[in-house]
Amino acid sequence: MELLGLLSYALFFLNLVGIYAILALGLNMQWGFTGQFNIGIAGFFAVGAYSAAILTTGPSEDWLGGFGLPFFVGIIGAVLITIPVALLVGRITARLRADYLAIATIGIAEIIRLIFQNEDWLSNGVRGIPGVAKPFGVGNGGYLVIVGAFVALIYVLVELARRSPWGRVLRAIRDNEAATAAAGKDIARFRLEAFVVGSCIMSVGGALYAHFLGFVGPESFRPLYGTFLVWVMLIAGGSGNNNGALLGALIVWMIWSATEMLAGLIPQALIGSPSAFRVLLIGVLLQVILVTRPAGLLPEKRPPLPGASR
Amino acid sequence: MMSETLQLLINGLLLGSILALGAVGATMIFGILRFAHFAHGDFMTVGAYSALLFVSALGLPVLAALPVAMLMTAGVAVAVDQVVYRRIRRVAPVILLISSFATALILRSLVQMIWGSSNQVYVSGIQLPWRFGPITLKPDHLIIFAAAVVLVVLTHLFLTRTRMGKAMRAMSDNMDLALVTGIPAERVIMWTWAVGGALAAAAGVFLAMDTRLHPNMGWTLLLPIFAATILGGIGRPYGAILGGFVIGCAMELSTLIIPGAYKPGVAFAIMVLTLIVRPQGIIRGTL
Repeated sequence: MELLGLLSYALFFLNLVGIYAILALGLNMQWGFTGQFNIGIAGFFAVGAYSAAILTTGPSEDWLGGFGLPFFVGIIGAVLITIPVALLVGRITARLRADYLAIATIGIAEIIRLIFQNEDWLSNGVRGIPGVAKPFGVGNGGYLVIVGAFVALIYVLVELARRSPWGRVLRAIRDNEAATAAAGKDIARFRLEAFVVGSCIMSVGGALYAHFLGFVGPESFRPLYGTFLVWVMLIAGGSGNNNGALLGALIVWMIWSATEMLAGLIPQALIGSPSAFRVLLIGVLLQVILVTRPAGLLPEKRPPLPGASR
Repeated sequence: MMSETLQLLINGLLLGSILALGAVGATMIFGILRFAHFAHGDFMTVGAYSALLFVSALGLPVLAALPVAMLMTAGVAVAVDQVVYRRIRRVAPVILLISSFATALILRSLVQMIWGSSNQVYVSGIQLPWRFGPITLKPDHLIIFAAAVVLVVLTHLFLTRTRMGKAMRAMSDNMDLALVTGIPAERVIMWTWAVGGALAAAAGVFLAMDTRLHPNMGWTLLLPIFAATILGGIGRPYGAILGGFVIGCAMELSTLIIPGAYKPGVAFAIMVLTLIVRPQGIIRGTL
């Protein structure tokens, strides 16, 4: 019984690690490769989750639903809905400096959350959309296979992109925008492409999340859960390095889960609110990483240039 | 319709004075340290709750607790800078930005752990509003407005009459030139945090007087504060004050045409428009 409980917890845990790993890979495309400071991850996460929920659930009077489409169509739909949103956001923010981009993206993410929270006809407001079923009648174990397949697929695609000439241009833009522009590259276009691709990856993470929990509500897309944890994962793992994004997702989600137990062990009289205590610990952890190891556990390794020896 | 507009305008000026106090600090930090400080709203929360400490424990009136709360928050701001930001100042501004996001969460969760997450007020009971025809005004509103004006004037005197204030403006204006002329950078930075923290605390106390205390109170105003900062032009305290009033009035007046839940969206839209049309802000030239 004990063992069974442990196993079912492990399956639950790993599913969420996989979903967060996808978000971290998406962020790595935007921040790690291109240096675009998106702190509106929660926005694209929410668009993906709500799109999948609306497209795949049965009819209801409470929200825009009743399409009842299959799982994979929902995922593709989520990506197709994200593309115009990301294009719009990217066009608005393309020329902004890092800190302006940060403010703008967090603003957009909050507005997206406000829309889902207030437009009852679309998303059932604060009550959220229940009954988003797992595909093919699988349980957590079967779903882990699906999530794992998505992580592997996205990892391979992102890694291929990183090694490609396209990835080299992105890094060149990140490291020296003026020089890259002087080399005749269309900076705005490359940045926009990376932004949209990264956002679509985040949206896939959102769609998988909706099917995993079976429920979508605006609370999941607060900046803390939707954005901040992903940033901690990428920074801790090593931005610019896809393996770092995966490792960061695993380690930070382990620590985040451990803080739940730790908060449960300490008498509540000492810490007040356990959830606040967890946030405090993860905040302190990030500060320690930033001060002591700003490059993360797996610092970026550049792929060799074609033709270069070694 | 006319009286409703007037009432919203009054509310807007009130919100504007709160935003202006927050934005002055944010713009100086942005101008001197070159990063958007995401914990600025949470400085407001810390300030509001420090005042609560003295109001509920010692039974002080709110206005008497205000200066103590400002001092305490200034201390918190300087401490955060010394412990965390100072060590990573030379790395890259974005690292500072991520770090300030972490600071925001740490401060907010500390407030929640100490005071709990339910709503609180300084003084319970209902204040009788004054009625001028269809317009209502609470005595607290006048106090907030008057105190905000006093603080803005004091900030103005500090920036124009004291050596430190002039040095802060010089650094915000042209960092390299200021450093060449031998301005003590570290001390200026410390003062910037102290002044920014103190003004944020005042904004937090006023916000709590007008509404109530909640651990998320400051965070929800962060976007409008940044909007005011950008609208006024980064590093320009007078622009930030003007920006605060414009954003405050726009947010309140917008409820005439769109649901109130989207107020932060209005601030955001103005900000994006500013960035596209006039990235240098509304006030051109130097301070």
